[in-house]
Amino acid sequence: MNGAGASVVSPGQAALVLISRELRLAWRRWGQSLHPVAFFLMVTTLFPLALSPESAQLRSVAAGVVWVGALLSSLLALETLFRADLDDGTLEQVVLSGQPLAALMLAKTLAHWLVSGLPLVAATPVALGALAVPAVAFGPIMLGILLGTGVLSFLGGIGAALTLGTRRGSVLLSLLILPMAMPVLIFGARAADLAVRGEPAGGGLLLLTAMLVLTVTLAPLATAAAVRICLE
Amino acid sequence: MTEPARGLEALHLHLWRGDRHVLKGLSFSVGPGELVHVRGPNGVGKTSLLRTLAGFLYPEEGEVRWCGQPIGADRDGYAAALAYLGHDNGLKGDLSARENLRYALGLRHAVDPAAVTATLERLGVGAVADLPARSLSAGQRRRVALARVALARASLWLLDEPFTNLDAAGSAAGAELLLEHAAGGGMALLTAHGELEAIHRPRRLELA
Repeated sequence: MNGAGASVVSPGQAALVLISRELRLAWRRWGQSLHPVAFFLMVTTLFPLALSPESAQLRSVAAGVVWVGALLSSLLALETLFRADLDDGTLEQVVLSGQPLAALMLAKTLAHWLVSGLPLVAATPVALGALAVPAVAFGPIMLGILLGTGVLSFLGGIGAALTLGTRRGSVLLSLLILPMAMPVLIFGARAADLAVRGEPAGGGLLLLTAMLVLTVTLAPLATAAAVRICLE
Repeated sequence: MTEPARGLEALHLHLWRGDRHVLKGLSFSVGPGELVHVRGPNGVGKTSLLRTLAGFLYPEEGEVRWCGQPIGADRDGYAAALAYLGHDNGLKGDLSARENLRYALGLRHAVDPAAVTATLERLGVGAVADLPARSLSAGQRRRVALARVALARASLWLLDEPFTNLDAAGSAAGAELLLEHAAGGGMALLTAHGELEAIHRPRRLELA
């Protein structure tokens, strides 16, 4: 009756199955999936209208605007990370799949980033263009957003799992995640600002990379533990 | 007393939920080929018992053993031998029944599409297998969830009210799956309100 040796899937294969399920679900609900990136584009492109059409002034705030937009948009996307899975019982099934839960949480968070973080990276040039940032700065800033949204997704995974037990956990989630997200915002925005001024931004990007490595390796373990707690 | 080599044992389970002492020193064991009908009035702790056995709830005292080992010793190994059906069906409304099974089972083992189709047809949901699960009736969704349990290649089934929303034909098909499972050396604990007439004299575990 037990799964016979040859047909048992490895944790890696199971992770791929979970990622493909998440991507298919995101595709089926594309309107909901696009919500965070639409929010990001609205925030960043409304600034030139509200602030001033003067390029120099826009350029001086561009890094901060793009990064705050990305941070808030990431927080917005986090609420949906585990909530639906908890409500329909699929989270229980994932926990009882017989696979290491941390591997599946890594897959789940990665899929979440692919759906919510990657579109932000793709939308960044539009925002930067609206904020009169020179095109040479696009590369480093997009790289920063790529790394930063990754860190935020993995940090946020812990928060989203921890706040599952509370109905309306979104305020609590923000309170929990924002302090941990501050270093990402500070280094990311600083690196972006340096890039806008045409100075080397490598230092900040390396720090973001280090944070990403740290969160990718450790956050899934914490997320898995938090998910087990919330199912209790 | 010698322990059964294969099987589930609950030893002196004490479980508190808030101020309520739900399980009071409950002990029992389930061996291969046994079907156990957990009975008791609403709120007596049938679901809590099943969730404890599944490893979601941690008893204050006592332990659950699988094949002689505490279930915490090899959590993933135990989960691989376990199929759990809770109140929620564990189906994604935006995915079809077939896709739901493919992804849920794909986390456990390589999926045989022919077996998925056969089981869905056997449970009378073959015709709606490609519709989004959202558009199925509650009974049809329960049938799809039962198909997931049957295809999970698990030796222990923990089923919480598996026959809710099922009509007579659905219950009969579900009972048939259970009997086959037991005949093949599998074991199952299930909660159900009524008598399980389709299953000939299941073992009973009364909670009070």
